[in-house]
Amino acid sequence: MSSSTAVRRTALYESHKLLGGKIVDFHGWELPVQYESVMKEHEATRNRCGLFDVSHMGQVFVTGPDALAFLQKVNANDISRIGPGKAIYSHLPNEKGGVVDDIIVSCLAKDRYLIVVNAATADKDFAWFQKHSKEMSVVLSNKSDAYGMIAVQGPKAAEIASLIAPSMAALPRFGALELELYGQPSFITRTGYTGEDGCEFIVPNEIVVRVWEDLLAQGRSLGAAPCGLGARDVLRLEAGYLLYGQDLDDDISTYEANYGWVVKLDKGDFIGKSVLAKQKAEGIKRKLTGIKLLERGVPRAGASVVIDGKEAGKLCSATYSPSLQAGIGTGYLDQPNLAPGTKCSVVLHGREIPAEIVKTPFFVSPNLKKGA
Amino acid sequence: MLDPKSLKYMKSHEWLSLDGDAGTVGISDHAQKEITDVVFIEPPKVGRTVKQGEPCCVVESVKAAFDIYAPVSGVITAVNADAVKDPAIVNASAFGKGWLFKLKASAPAEASKLMDAAAYDAFLNSEAAHGSH
Repeated sequence: MSSSTAVRRTALYESHKLLGGKIVDFHGWELPVQYESVMKEHEATRNRCGLFDVSHMGQVFVTGPDALAFLQKVNANDISRIGPGKAIYSHLPNEKGGVVDDIIVSCLAKDRYLIVVNAATADKDFAWFQKHSKEMSVVLSNKSDAYGMIAVQGPKAAEIASLIAPSMAALPRFGALELELYGQPSFITRTGYTGEDGCEFIVPNEIVVRVWEDLLAQGRSLGAAPCGLGARDVLRLEAGYLLYGQDLDDDISTYEANYGWVVKLDKGDFIGKSVLAKQKAEGIKRKLTGIKLLERGVPRAGASVVIDGKEAGKLCSATYSPSLQAGIGTGYLDQPNLAPGTKCSVVLHGREIPAEIVKTPFFVSPNLKKGA
Repeated sequence: MLDPKSLKYMKSHEWLSLDGDAGTVGISDHAQKEITDVVFIEPPKVGRTVKQGEPCCVVESVKAAFDIYAPVSGVITAVNADAVKDPAIVNASAFGKGWLFKLKASAPAEASKLMDAAAYDAFLNSEAAHGSH
């Protein structure tokens, strides 16, 4: 197990330095917040392709005859809906209905699954999995330190990724592929966290630099750019995706996070089901709600949202959105049924800036609408 | 564009051009590079009285907000509406079209407390040597 104080580096650390990446400490990982400009990297991803080092994320393999039964027990989503070669987004509820982590599960074979977990929660998740797999016929293997991960995102992502891995071209959205890359056992999933088409390479540390350099070399002529955490955060918020630890945690439920579609109450028993069923029947008292500024300004996490002169909650994620050319944010508001268009305001630098409630996602990529 | 060598500077990277008691204020090229994409400017109100060193304007990037301090005391006489409308001008022309506000200095002699261009360059080099930010 890793020390909680030491700063960790991904296998691509030196590559980031060479590319001029501005390195920051992100939950104990030294990663680039940007190379040249958050705006340029955002633009590259929305219009062509962005390459992101997401090697800090964790990988847990689940194998054995009870693999599916175990995953059904710990997940809110119905893992039986995916067969070999498919992936699914899910939440891990706790007994109180809060969320241990949000994850992507890939089915590699009927009795073999790969779970991609968040970096800061990897050890917590693994302990949770161990606790809830006792007396089940499964083997859990935390391979977070053995694998690196590169997200290739944007309308040109599939074209660029196919130059490295030709079999990727036929992979459908949320498809999962197990393959050999440079002689090493690797995985590609048609997933990502930017709201664009794209895929994620999960490869052993030994070849991460090679995959990164090849993707960059092949991608440059098609306008691909290396992108940092800054652009990633703007892209994911525009796409309405949650950032665990900021928008979601052990005390917030999936329904409150406005991700009710993840909870499949009809799939059989699972951890937290009774609390979630009660919330679904009785309603919730707060909900993660999107707001958009109607005047110039950049909302920030922690800013108060005011409705009818009263604070309704605080923003947990917020940014300037280049796609909307407006300030956007999400926050848990104590009025869970606000209609889009409802007027509110956000307190910035001591002033109330006019804003309104909007539906999330804030931005749906036209590239995805075409049906990638 | 103003000649950067003719300007006075603060440690917080504002520049001041002073002609008698008429001052123009902006941020240095170094500052715009550090902030990178300027996406929002909250200018001071025209007519506001500011003291030397008082935060009176905000420049924001996608990731963070930066306070801009008054290099000398005085009354705000103008703000750059073009830069407020298109904040990227600050990145493109920090010493020219990207100025932030003008003021009528109440005590122009305060400018002697600021750094000249040579001192500011030396300050930036020492900052870099200390690996700041």
